[in-house]
Amino acid sequence: MGHKILLKGNEVMAEAAVQAGCRFFAGYPITPQNEVPEYMSKRLPEVGGVFVQAESELAAINMVFGASASGARCMTSSSSPGISLKQEGISYIAGAELPCVIANMQRGGPGLGNIRASQADYFQAVKGGGHGDYRVIVLGPSTLPELYQLTMNAFDWADFYRNPVMILGDGILGQMAEPVELSPYKPIVNLPEKDFVLDGCKGREPRVVKTLVLKPADGLVAHNEHLQEKYQRIEDELSLCAEYETADADIVVAAYGITARVAKGAVRMAREKGIAAGLIRPITLWPFPKSLFLSIAQTASQVLVVEMSHGQFIEDVKLAMNCALPVEFLGKGGGWYPTEEVILEKIEAMAQAYAVSGKETNKCRH
Amino acid sequence: MPTLKRTEVLKDNQTHYCPGCGHGIVHRLVAEVIDELGIREQTIGTAPVGCAVLLYDYFNCDIIECAHGRPPAVATGIKRVQPDKIVFTYQGDGDLAAIGTAETVHAANRGENITIIFVNNAIYGMTGGQMAPTTLTGMVSTTTQDGRGGHGEGPPMKVCELLSSLGGVCYLERTAVSTPKDVMGAKRAIKKAFQNQIDGKGFSLVEVLSMCPTDWKLSTSKAVDFVNNEMKKVFPLGVYKDK
Ligand SMILES: Cc1ncc(C[n+]2csc(CCOP(=O)(O)OP(=O)(O)O)c2C)c(N)n1
Ligand code: SF4
Repeated sequence: MGHKILLKGNEVMAEAAVQAGCRFFAGYPITPQNEVPEYMSKRLPEVGGVFVQAESELAAINMVFGASASGARCMTSSSSPGISLKQEGISYIAGAELPCVIANMQRGGPGLGNIRASQADYFQAVKGGGHGDYRVIVLGPSTLPELYQLTMNAFDWADFYRNPVMILGDGILGQMAEPVELSPYKPIVNLPEKDFVLDGCKGREPRVVKTLVLKPADGLVAHNEHLQEKYQRIEDELSLCAEYETADADIVVAAYGITARVAKGAVRMAREKGIAAGLIRPITLWPFPKSLFLSIAQTASQVLVVEMSHGQFIEDVKLAMNCALPVEFLGKGGGWYPTEEVILEKIEAMAQAYAVSGKETNKCRH
Repeated sequence: MPTLKRTEVLKDNQTHYCPGCGHGIVHRLVAEVIDELGIREQTIGTAPVGCAVLLYDYFNCDIIECAHGRPPAVATGIKRVQPDKIVFTYQGDGDLAAIGTAETVHAANRGENITIIFVNNAIYGMTGGQMAPTTLTGMVSTTTQDGRGGHGEGPPMKVCELLSSLGGVCYLERTAVSTPKDVMGAKRAIKKAFQNQIDGKGFSLVEVLSMCPTDWKLSTSKAVDFVNNEMKKVFPLGVYKDK
């Protein structure tokens, strides 16, 4: 076992980025992610990297666009209102097929909302967010060791697929402290040569990074088809999910990120009370780990979705399971978070209702 | 007498610009300067959203096309990662002084060591002649049909004057391409703005008053007169800062 140190989530993520070779970071202050730009402002110059405090999130993501086109591993982070501003740039970066990492330490919304943790940007993250048919790889870490590892992986996947990768965290994950082993970075894929880099056309033809496609007339159709093929490949290759006690579970809780961490405690408590509960926790939120949900649909009797929003993640759960099972919901936005006891109560109620009515009468409600 | 030579920096492509448009002249000047400084293979250009979006169809160097108004931010990212490269932005007045005002002002104030070529034609060319921040008072556009100024549009925005107070700025000059003498002056200024970057002096911006006969709904010669007789009154040519 290596040496563990106690860090806040935001710092863990920032250090993981530095370890993975991130050498450009642009950001704009917003709570609850301020430790990221603060850490980067001090840390990046130590390793020959560049930190820029941008004038806005719009500028920050566009600086990242330029840094990525220059071949640097680069990153920006923010929280919900700032991520909304970044959507323009994310669409351009996805369209131009450049790599970068974006972190969203979500807070309560809509609007200015509050600075408590939330998971209400799920749709924005996994369904597009900006304009056009594009996808961003979205990761939902649930502990700080996992945040550390996934942040390093994020840079690899960004380079491998030439696509933005988003770390979808939340205010709790960013602010909590936990011992983490800062293991050295090892690439998990064969990194392709960056043959798109704009570094002056010495000894080669000039390169262009662009998203406007006017010619031929169906050129943009072809470009979109190319992007969709890539997204399909990502769906086939990159789909991560964790399970806990699902093998014999009647009631499976589906949750991601920090919520899944709490849900795991509730599942443990339910087991102690003799309820066959389990947990399924997507690690990649896009691509959504559909096949695991399909197999859960074969073995379990009921699903409970828990999320810190009024029901976004639940739509993907239902879709993935083809509505094969009844799905109950526990969730609120605006800074609400579930405790183990609240989740346990819901599991117990579901177990009781099931015992009374039986499987046959329990139809899919949606 | 010297004859006009081809520049290696411009590609052999048919122009998409309208007859009498100033963009073609400014392209030629930037290309000549890059050629003369021998920096084509170190240069990365950023294209705006506007009539000049197709910059890469003409410039024989690395180009990145940016979102509307964001070239100074994109250029910041490129230059900070590759300080040994020459990075320029080429932007219209809508791109630079409306949607991209914040990016322009802050790149200037940070003293980014980049070169900005700002083509001021007092109108939104690409979208068909709407009011620009630099549209003259009383000037008719498709969104100021009885002339700018009567409906809370404010007066034309003067970019060189605005930026001249910022500590990070190295060089600001307003030029034009409406007379042969102005064209020579514009070239001298553009060359200086690139040389400043090579010398590591910091943020340099050259504003170029330029013709848009199409959206001004003027003949090509009347458009030249408009720059000389109307625009220069509101936007006086000259050096606004030279550190
Ligand atoms: C975010 C966004 N808003 C609006 C537009 C539409 N648009 C394209 S070009 C342009 C104005 C360009 O005018 P200017 O910068 O003055 O350049 P010109 O065409 O006159 O050279 C606008 C508003 C866009 N492409 N993106
Ligand atoms: S619309 Fe105006 S700026 Fe655009 S190409 Fe034509 S003349 Fe030039």
